[in-house]
Amino acid sequence: MMNNVIEVEGLTVERGGRTVLPDLSVVVPAGQVVGLLGPSGSGKSTLIRAVVGVQVVAGGTVRVLGEPAGSPDLRHRVGYVTQDPSVYDDLSVRANVRYFAAMLDAPRSSADDAIAAVDLTDHADALVGRLSGGQRSRVSLAAALVGDPELLVLDEPTVGLDPVLRRDLWGLFNRLAAQGRSLLVSSHVMDEAARCDRLLLLREGRVLADATLPDLLERTGTTDAEGAFLALIDRAEEAAR
Amino acid sequence: MNVHRTLVTAGRVLAQLRADHRTIGLMLVVPCVLIGLLAWIFQDTPVFDALGAPLLGVFPFVVMFIVTSVATLRERTSGTLERLLTTPMGKGDFMLGYAIAFGVMAVLQALVATAFAVWVCGLDVAGPLWQLVAVAVLDALLGSALGLLASGFARTEFQAVQFMPAFVLPQFLLCGLLVARDRLPDVLHPVSDVLPLSYAVDAMKAVTTSTAPGSDVLGDAVVILVWVVASLVLGSLTLRRRTP
Ligand SMILES: Nc1ncnc2c1ncn2[C@@H]1O[C@H](COP(=O)(O)OP(=O)(O)OP(=O)(O)O)[C@@H](O)[C@H]1O
Ligand SMILES: [Mg+2]
Repeated sequence: MMNNVIEVEGLTVERGGRTVLPDLSVVVPAGQVVGLLGPSGSGKSTLIRAVVGVQVVAGGTVRVLGEPAGSPDLRHRVGYVTQDPSVYDDLSVRANVRYFAAMLDAPRSSADDAIAAVDLTDHADALVGRLSGGQRSRVSLAAALVGDPELLVLDEPTVGLDPVLRRDLWGLFNRLAAQGRSLLVSSHVMDEAARCDRLLLLREGRVLADATLPDLLERTGTTDAEGAFLALIDRAEEAAR
Repeated sequence: MNVHRTLVTAGRVLAQLRADHRTIGLMLVVPCVLIGLLAWIFQDTPVFDALGAPLLGVFPFVVMFIVTSVATLRERTSGTLERLLTTPMGKGDFMLGYAIAFGVMAVLQALVATAFAVWVCGLDVAGPLWQLVAVAVLDALLGSALGLLASGFARTEFQAVQFMPAFVLPQFLLCGLLVARDRLPDVLHPVSDVLPLSYAVDAMKAVTTSTAPGSDVLGDAVVILVWVVASLVLGSLTLRRRTP
């Protein structure tokens, strides 16, 4: 059993002529839900893209499940959900999930289970283009769940969802981790930090903190993730001065 | 390469098309309208018999070029391609899946347009009709393959649509419809010898004018097929797993 599912070392990424991730090093342990938190533009999606091997990188190494990120061997083992739902608007929910099931060599029947897991069974025959934004992003999530991957990399899967649905999805993520799956989930909703086993706080492409929530609160003397995050930013700016 | 994933992808593209009744209608009706117009403009002259068949090859080429390049560009901009390339699906599965789906549409389109040209507009065809249909299907496939390739160079829908005149109109000017290819200026003649649409038009002309055009058509068909395969291979090279 591996200890770390993701090992990033000295990762440097340039996008649009700017260095978005300067020399980032971080690990994600196995069997946990790791929250990737940080303000808009801090580089969460860029890091996630590097992990699934679709980002051109300028330097450093990214190893996933013991292999270099993006290697063919990982394509069955890593599930990826992009920030904007990437599903076909002109197909039904079921047709979409079945298509991705076929691409992942998953049994056809697994599509209905994945649709049930994101609570869309009532809409299985609806065209994705006629669904709400939150429903569409759940279709996108189902299309990744359907392959039952060892590692799930989810870019803001709960954006635009109501509290009940968010609670249910985080329940699902925690259950998957309990079954031995590993998850890296980005979010900028700080109160979701409470549902993560571990937190990675990113700011301007740098890791501000890599700890459990209780550790973080103790270290900063705050009572919630948002307070801790702000305290860390203040300290970083203090130190820079 | 994986046969199952390729066929499922082709089925998915066709299912998307089926949901879009207007596009299917346009793909089937527009060539008929254009051919009908042509027959009407040139009624009581021999021009329609000379131009009708070559245009029967050009229309599916143009229509398929546009439809395919926009469809694959949509796949790039919507993020579905990025996601697909993180799954075990191969680039070849993707390209062939699209080629098969649009190939099926091409057969439908060629059957409808040829039937309309021959039975409604009275196009005179000396050779066997099935060869006319076969060449029209090949031309449509060629349009699809070049469209797949062109979309690799387009970042936006606007660019994709502009590639139509850029890729297609020069070929149209040089294919021998406006000026016979052997009367083209010295520099342009060899250019027209390389471009695939020239062979599409040559093949169509052969079928309409000769009662046994088999060997001529076969030669042209081989050149077109080589272009189809080359475009698909080049096109799959433009599918990048990693992007900036
Ligand atoms: N396609 C792109 N081309 C060039 N630069 C980009 C591109 N996408 C993002 N960037 C830049 O990279 C930086 C990090 O973006 P990224 O998408 O990783 O942020 P993020 O943390 O995911 O933000 P958000 O919470 O808004 O999704 C930003 O400064 C952005 O301007
Ligand atoms: Mg993002």
